[in-house]
Amino acid sequence: MNSDLNLLPSRSTSITEVGAGGGAVVCGKVSLAGSVSQRACVFCGSRVVLYPIADALHVVHGPIGCAAYTWDIRGARSSGPQLFRNSFSTDLQELDVVYGGEAKLERTLNKLIDRHHPKAAFIYSTCIVGLIGDDVGAVCKRVSAAKGIPVLQVQSEGFKGTKKDGYKAACEAVFRLIGTGDTASIGPHSINLLGDFNIAGETWLVREYFERIGVEVVATITGDGRVDDIRRCHGAKLNLVQCAGSMTHLAKRLQDDHGIPFKKVSFFGIEDMAAALYGAAEFFADAVLMERAREIVSGEVARIMPQLRAWRTELEGRKAAIYVGGAFKAFSLVRALRTLGMRTALVGTQTGDKDDYEMLREMCDPGTIIVDDSNPIELAKFCLEQEVDLFIGGVKERPIAYKLGIGFCDHNHERKEALAGFEGMLNFAREVHASVTSPVWNYVPRRARPKSRETTREGNAA
Amino acid sequence: MLNGTTTEIAERKALRINPAKTCQPIGAMYAALGIHGCMPHSHGSQGCCSYHRSHLTRHFKEPVMATTSSFTEGASVFGGLANLTQALRNIFTIYDPEIVAVHTTCLSEVIGDDIPTIIRKAREEGCIPDGKLVIHANTPSFVGSHVYGFANMTTAMVNYLSEKTGTVLNQVNVIPGFVEPADMREIKRIAAAMGVEIVMFPDTSNVLDGPLTGQYKMYPEGGATVAQIKSAGDSIATVALGHFASHVAAATLESKCKVPAAFLELPIGVSATDRFVDAIRGYAGVEVPAAIELERGRLVDLMSDLHQYFHGKRVAVSGDPDQVIALTQFLLELEMKPVMCITGSPGNAFEKRMHELLDSVVPAAKIKQNADLFELHQWMKNEPVDLLITNTYGKHIARAENVPFVRFGFPILDRAGHRYYPTIGYAGATRLIDQMLNALLDHRDRTCSEEWFELVQ
Repeated sequence: MNSDLNLLPSRSTSITEVGAGGGAVVCGKVSLAGSVSQRACVFCGSRVVLYPIADALHVVHGPIGCAAYTWDIRGARSSGPQLFRNSFSTDLQELDVVYGGEAKLERTLNKLIDRHHPKAAFIYSTCIVGLIGDDVGAVCKRVSAAKGIPVLQVQSEGFKGTKKDGYKAACEAVFRLIGTGDTASIGPHSINLLGDFNIAGETWLVREYFERIGVEVVATITGDGRVDDIRRCHGAKLNLVQCAGSMTHLAKRLQDDHGIPFKKVSFFGIEDMAAALYGAAEFFADAVLMERAREIVSGEVARIMPQLRAWRTELEGRKAAIYVGGAFKAFSLVRALRTLGMRTALVGTQTGDKDDYEMLREMCDPGTIIVDDSNPIELAKFCLEQEVDLFIGGVKERPIAYKLGIGFCDHNHERKEALAGFEGMLNFAREVHASVTSPVWNYVPRRARPKSRETTREGNAA
Repeated sequence: MLNGTTTEIAERKALRINPAKTCQPIGAMYAALGIHGCMPHSHGSQGCCSYHRSHLTRHFKEPVMATTSSFTEGASVFGGLANLTQALRNIFTIYDPEIVAVHTTCLSEVIGDDIPTIIRKAREEGCIPDGKLVIHANTPSFVGSHVYGFANMTTAMVNYLSEKTGTVLNQVNVIPGFVEPADMREIKRIAAAMGVEIVMFPDTSNVLDGPLTGQYKMYPEGGATVAQIKSAGDSIATVALGHFASHVAAATLESKCKVPAAFLELPIGVSATDRFVDAIRGYAGVEVPAAIELERGRLVDLMSDLHQYFHGKRVAVSGDPDQVIALTQFLLELEMKPVMCITGSPGNAFEKRMHELLDSVVPAAKIKQNADLFELHQWMKNEPVDLLITNTYGKHIARAENVPFVRFGFPILDRAGHRYYPTIGYAGATRLIDQMLNALLDHRDRTCSEEWFELVQ
């Protein structure tokens, strides 16, 4: 039936089953040539991280594709400027490849900065720029001097590593902004939120929790991000790093150069959101903060629990597959699913490391399959074998799940509802419940239960 | 988002804002998916393949399979021979396709990888099993557009696969162009209704619009088989739809296998569909059946019922060149005024043909190849229009200018109908009329004052 779903022999070390023994999950490798990898490139990593900085100009230096595929695809909300949602590129042509694209880039930047007066500009290098040897740094320097704004090169040539290297290049570009703003008015209980991208307004939700307990949020990097906030974010006393994969590098740089400690946190699920609030209150060793944090958590939990319990009765014992970019999100999702009574039967990430997979192994129940850098064939195979009811992933996984007749929740760029925070947990549970219990699966030949049609008819008649 | 759009239009040579095109490889990947049992292969870094798959998935809402050579810095210095060889070995071992269709990327083009030589060596080394095929197309991202990539991969099918055996088969080739699976399905339906055997390539119907069965099929039922594409060399004739996407492949088949070709435009609207039906009829030596006459009659009936709503309406159109050329003719059949027509793809043939169509009827029409949506928006700010027709990206302009909007072309990322309803043929034209009329009247109903709000229209 699904005999065409085989595993690549060399992939076997990147797959493990909880409770089955065996060595560590082999990860962090470049994908095998010829595989249907779900991974992207360095440029993609940089672009997704920096994109939400709303009052900056983002210019893709390369042929049109890289600009076209990253144009307004990320639901990162801005409370003000919308400039970042436009697509600006140099659209390099054959002659530029031969003679170089520096002059074109310089003209482009001058024109755009004159028209839009951005607070800063990010210039993304693509594969081809790395090959033809444009001195993007020199162009940035000249334009920056002429226009009086930071013009930052992002060294994101697609082939120079993995998506993770793109995160790092993005962090380096952001880091060059930091330290140039005035920190005088920043209070003692102050934090930066790193690695939340305000997808569906999540940064707004989370920021509000912290402000309610009395913590000042200096900069949100990069969700609903502003250049001036980032310039002064070195005045904050603590960094909370949410998407650890993308932003730990920046947090470390801030620790090394500005002495700001950081904590890795997650805002997904009740437990993790509460832990993040308590952690911040603990850090500032202030009883009032802690008291307010307790109030918020207990108030919010009391508010959402009745509804979660109602959904839980229908979700109890159902099985889920998770395939996401970073491991930290995977941890949160395993816990959040448990809150809903669901078991994680398959969990994988694009960029997890050895320790992450050890952590997953400890968290998950025996029998759970763990994979690194997976592909659609593997994912389909395990979903069918494990008989999962729900898949949590991104744009490329959604249609695969649906083709198998499995419910789906987008936990990536295309989620339309905030999934972070307590309100987000409610949204998450609503989406999971709606998709898992959707009547559409009754019409899928593989999953159709005998008499399901009659049941539906009776249901309708009643 | 578009509050930075100004009315002063400055000549831009270095800067692309809000493009109306994307790069060649995605077109090649889409074309390759129209071969049955084919694994498209992207010879470049992982990102390209990932972006193309995601983008196609957003448009078709279907899984899109493709492999990548996963270039690293090493490959970029020493060339991609080792990566492609290893990739071919892995693909055939594990995914077991009938055929692999390799397309290049800017990276491998600049490095200068010689794909035919790499394929030959891979075969000598036993990486390609007997009976399995590998074809390729050069698709540099810094030349042309996604439409060119589609055309190049379609031409590669002819170059690599089509053969003339000397026995003429009673079949007509159709090269459909960069259109939806629903359009390809419609072409097959029309041909079947006429009783004509066709070979269509590429054919993405039943590949990217497949049913939900609960089973995962890496190679869905649809697609032109290698045997069919091979046999195209023995067909009576080829009907190629669209100068940019299809004519090169048809011309190649004409010179390679001496199969005569009709170089048509996309069959959008009455006359263009008439020409398509007539070409098929003529080559196959059949009569146009009553069922097709009936469809045509019903379309014309609909046009007559509604023509007062379309008359004189000023329309701005952006899309792929073949689509814009064909749609413009349909708009003229409805007595609309296509006053601004752009394509993001470069190519002088577009402007030449559009001037032929518009100079006598809409002399002031603005026509531009290699343009972008920012410029179209600037034009609209200077001279407002009644209707905007573009792919999904036009929604920002439609919102900013509060203008009725119809989504048409590639990609459509935010609506569903394109996956089910064709826009080509007589039936497709009725769908376009429906969409345009609804957009115009919905807008009027929402914006007119109470005393002009009509129940009956």
